[in-house]
Amino acid sequence: MLTLEKRPQPSKAWVYAAPILAVVITMIVGGGVFALLGKPPLEAIRTIFYDPIFGDFASYSRPQLLIKAGPLILIAIGLSFGFRAGIWNIGAEGQYIMGALAAAGTGLAFYPMEARWLIFPLMILAGFAGGMVWAAIPAFLRIRFKTNEILVSLMLVYVAEAIQASMALNLMRNPDGHGFPGSRNLSQYPSSANLELVANSGVHWGVMAALTAVIFAYFILARHRFGFDVRLAGQSPRAAGFAGVDAGRLIFVCLLISGALAGAAGMFEVSGPAGRVSIDFNVGYGFTAIIVAFLGRLHPVGILIAGLLMALTYIGGELAQLSLGLPGAAIQLFQGMLLFFLLAVDVMTSYRIRFGKTE
Amino acid sequence: MKRRTLLASGAGAATLAMMGLPARAQDKTKVGFVFVGPIGDGGWTFEHNNGRLAVEAAFGDAVETVYAENVPEGPDAERVLTQMVLGGADLIFTTSFGYMESTMNVAAKFPDVKFEHATGYLRADNVSTYSARFYEGRAVQGHIAGNLTKSNKIGYIGSFPIPEVIRGINSAFIHARKVNPDVEFKIVWAFTWFDPAKEADAAKVLIEQGCDVILQHTDSTAPQAAAQAAGNVYTFGQASDMGEYAPMPRVSSIIDNWAPYYVERTQAVMDGTWTSVDTWDGIGRGMVGIGEISDAVPADVKASAEALRDSIASGAYHPFTGPLNKQDGSAWLAEGETADDGTLAGLNFYVEGIDGDIPS
Repeated sequence: MLTLEKRPQPSKAWVYAAPILAVVITMIVGGGVFALLGKPPLEAIRTIFYDPIFGDFASYSRPQLLIKAGPLILIAIGLSFGFRAGIWNIGAEGQYIMGALAAAGTGLAFYPMEARWLIFPLMILAGFAGGMVWAAIPAFLRIRFKTNEILVSLMLVYVAEAIQASMALNLMRNPDGHGFPGSRNLSQYPSSANLELVANSGVHWGVMAALTAVIFAYFILARHRFGFDVRLAGQSPRAAGFAGVDAGRLIFVCLLISGALAGAAGMFEVSGPAGRVSIDFNVGYGFTAIIVAFLGRLHPVGILIAGLLMALTYIGGELAQLSLGLPGAAIQLFQGMLLFFLLAVDVMTSYRIRFGKTE
Repeated sequence: MKRRTLLASGAGAATLAMMGLPARAQDKTKVGFVFVGPIGDGGWTFEHNNGRLAVEAAFGDAVETVYAENVPEGPDAERVLTQMVLGGADLIFTTSFGYMESTMNVAAKFPDVKFEHATGYLRADNVSTYSARFYEGRAVQGHIAGNLTKSNKIGYIGSFPIPEVIRGINSAFIHARKVNPDVEFKIVWAFTWFDPAKEADAAKVLIEQGCDVILQHTDSTAPQAAAQAAGNVYTFGQASDMGEYAPMPRVSSIIDNWAPYYVERTQAVMDGTWTSVDTWDGIGRGMVGIGEISDAVPADVKASAEALRDSIASGAYHPFTGPLNKQDGSAWLAEGETADDGTLAGLNFYVEGIDGDIPS
């Protein structure tokens, strides 16, 4: 008989092995699914994981990986603080939208003024602020009224989506857009465009921000008092209380950090790759980032790798659709399996399997 | 056709522009399709995919088709399009309005690849646009709906408030009022093309408000299922026949038939005769089909609906024929005057009699 026995200490080895094992199991089971669909499994796995980086057209897809991973990493880094402390911001998607709207509104307000030195930094600040304000709502309600931040932050996503639709149809609608919904193109307005810093590298300001966030997060968690508080609160809320950690303040700061970074991600997206506010400008980065955060073990470097891996499955998945005719749903299934197996394998970090009878 | 060497030989936008250039001395014509929904949506994307299959059937080994489904409108579409071109596509159909800018951007980088964008208004030397006059089918739907309703309340599930959808609402309303002056339209905006849960909710809300006929401009069969569950509610198949819900609740349908167009344009690329065009075909040329009117519709109504369909097909009748006023009461079309295509293409107002505002 199999029994699970709690380890006295979480296993260090499994902390690192679990994500790798999860990826391997996903490849095996995913390959099986592809085979059942009548597609060559090895070729499919190669197309998803290898071709975007080393394939024939990698010089196009490699920069695309960064463009896709940038917002995921930036949002996931923000979420990781709260998740470590047991504060569950599920509404990063809404904060992402509000950051984008605040930034786009700022940029459009100045249109067509030529003053990039002023407008672009203001938009970044607006992006931070937009996301932060949206995250402050669940934070305030949690501290003041003990509401559940999971529900409040999630529900606020739908509110943000409604505001976004209204903006695209009304206030921010492009007056020269033939009556179609959607704002002016911010990536074509020199003062607001979030352009590539080096041509064809895929590295735009948002990617730089994501890398900066990774480094900052690493040092805050490893060296700063705040990082210590976050880890302590996550491991043992009572001990944190004795150590003088102000729980309310911690909730507030964690939610604001995640909101600010999600808002900034929205800003870089709306002024760069997406270019405009449209009715459905958001494509789920805020939700996917939750997977990225956990896949990366809530560790900054892990998140960096997980974000790139997730982007790889998107871009490789598209290639597999094009070259092998894999259905889009099979790719989504594949991505879902990744988190599923990670959580399953994760059990091994805190438990070990015992064969034989229990006492 | 290896383009790797070209890519490796130099970085920069210039290379991207060159990648379209290698001589296409090739065996197969590669045709790409970008879909906004899943090919199994049973509506819009399903029919576009049928068009793709028709291209395969028509040319056999001379063509290869590729597609990507569920592609979000925005930067993801641009990446998918670029990957298709790099994969060797010669002709690409982008089948949703929201792909317009992505199509234009990618087309500018690859002047030798032909692009066809559905329902948009931007064109270039290598970008055509095509759409169908769905409003012609909406006229027939409105005619049937106005005859069938007992509560005099007709529900309409709108997707996005863009001219194409507004044309459909107006056309259906005009023809419902013609046969039933007491008819009212209740319009719900779903802000999605395909979301079965939202569409089902919209249908339920409309049914609760007393609507006994539901028209939809969204792509799933969820409203049909909701109507079936409710009982005495009539619906129409959207984009595809949705015949599995006939004879009730689905009493007829608008069928998008892209196959002849896709075959024709693929042929043009093979022959080297492809040029940028703006196509807007209706019932007459077969791009819009009216699905079989089921027995749930009284015989006289069925006959008059078919007569309406035929007169539109022959060009004898235009669904937007005056006298028609705008919603605010101001004059739009005088007696006997018909709307010109330019006005219809950018239509952004309701006709007189429709309650409510276009979301803005």
